[in-house]
Amino acid sequence: MTIKRLGPEELLSLDKFSVDEGNPHILVDKAICATCKPKACLIVCPARCYRLKDEQVNFEYAGCLECGTCRVMCKDKGITAWNYPRATFGVTFRCS
Amino acid sequence: MAEDKFDAIVVGAGPAGSACAYALAKEGKSVLLVERGNTAGSKNVSGGRLYTYALELVETDMYKRAPLQRKIVREQIMLLNERGATTVDYFNPEFGEEVPQSYSVVRTALDEWFASEVEAQGGMVASGILVDGLIEENGKIVGIRTGDEEMRADIVVAADGVNSLLGQKAGLFPEVNSHDVGVGVKETIELPDNLISARFGVKDDEGAARVAIGCTDGISGGAFLYTNRGSISLGIVFNPEQAAKQQRHIQDIFQDFKMHPAIQPLIEGGTSVEYGAHLVPEIGFQGIPKRLHREGFLVVGDAAQLGINTGLIIRGMDLAIVSGVAAARAIVNSPTLAETGPLYMKKLDELSLMANQRAYQNFHNIFEISRIFGGYPKLANDAMNFMFTVDGKTPKPMLKGLMGAVKKNATLGQLAADGWKAYRSL
Repeated sequence: MTIKRLGPEELLSLDKFSVDEGNPHILVDKAICATCKPKACLIVCPARCYRLKDEQVNFEYAGCLECGTCRVMCKDKGITAWNYPRATFGVTFRCS
Repeated sequence: MAEDKFDAIVVGAGPAGSACAYALAKEGKSVLLVERGNTAGSKNVSGGRLYTYALELVETDMYKRAPLQRKIVREQIMLLNERGATTVDYFNPEFGEEVPQSYSVVRTALDEWFASEVEAQGGMVASGILVDGLIEENGKIVGIRTGDEEMRADIVVAADGVNSLLGQKAGLFPEVNSHDVGVGVKETIELPDNLISARFGVKDDEGAARVAIGCTDGISGGAFLYTNRGSISLGIVFNPEQAAKQQRHIQDIFQDFKMHPAIQPLIEGGTSVEYGAHLVPEIGFQGIPKRLHREGFLVVGDAAQLGINTGLIIRGMDLAIVSGVAAARAIVNSPTLAETGPLYMKKLDELSLMANQRAYQNFHNIFEISRIFGGYPKLANDAMNFMFTVDGKTPKPMLKGLMGAVKKNATLGQLAADGWKAYRSL
């Protein structure tokens, strides 16, 4: 079988990223996230950039697909800034 | 500085932006097309299929130059249950004749080509530039800011996609409502052309487009499959509000769909080469912001939340192109800058874009019928199972067996209520 179920890391490993080290394009305030009940980001971020780590919402911007789902789903405004990565950084799609 | 000022700056080299810039350049306007990706298309994801009439609106026979994939002659609807599937396959060779009705597309190829067409018309394309903001003077938009640089134009066209940060910065619309969008995920799977043609029953330049329901854990949404040249686009669009209330991650639901016994053999032998995600304007006419312009500023394409989803037909790129052409025509024909915005709205009407959007304006209400995404696909498969099962035992009477399939999945009251809701929405 060449077609297999792919896990989160395997899916992102298919893509080409150029990471703007130390310069996240989305800013997340963990203190606000701690009080957020639905935590929709954990389920709906297609890249699974948002994960629970030690009971805290941990955001990893490196694998962001720049879709904007977290932006529209973030109810408690734990996302304090949402921008696209600076030019030349972020994901580069080659065959989508 | 006057020589540095453009007639128009278009932000975003997707189909809307490139169509607009192309039409402007062709009319002799000085136009700058700005794209944040290193190349046009490198930030873009769509299903995708493009209805050809839109390219024909930009220029007759333009589609012949475009890097389109396969012309779609098979429209397929798949109703899934856990392991089985009932598929309706509508073959119409007329869809592939003369100017073929639609083509599957790969956005990296399509968008890069379209931007190169803008350049060939004399437009300037600047890739790898992120627009940070707008320049506003005396209540008018007069240009864009990128880093420390300012670029000026008589008019700025926001073709910056579904998240349209520029539309927000211009104060035209509030934050995107999560009820109005779908979140799409997609894998691109490389597969030899001969296998694609054989598996989908098409010639080498023909293709199939498939929608599927019953594969979203009951979440409002559906899957899609498009045959390209040498690859298949496979994905699901979910209602994010409903998805967020489930326990399972949308990635896992998508992977289940990919491995479904009725799907996996279609792509077996292939190689997953890319994973993408994108938001889709989902509710059509009612999701379009009230104001799509202010002085010196127009909004087109996904940024204007244009989109039609009937469950069978999913349109975005064609509407984007039409809106881009409408914007260009308004810019070219408007006697004054102040009249450009209202003229743009008039051009959208003239090109039947708003009529198209209005025709389906209540359609999205159908997607509130939750059984469409679980109970009814199951019902269809239970009914098929009854009709096709032979085991030597005394068969149940046909009507009784079919009613059994119905009752297992919905009460008669639910059927009546859902039927009424569907009737009211159409």
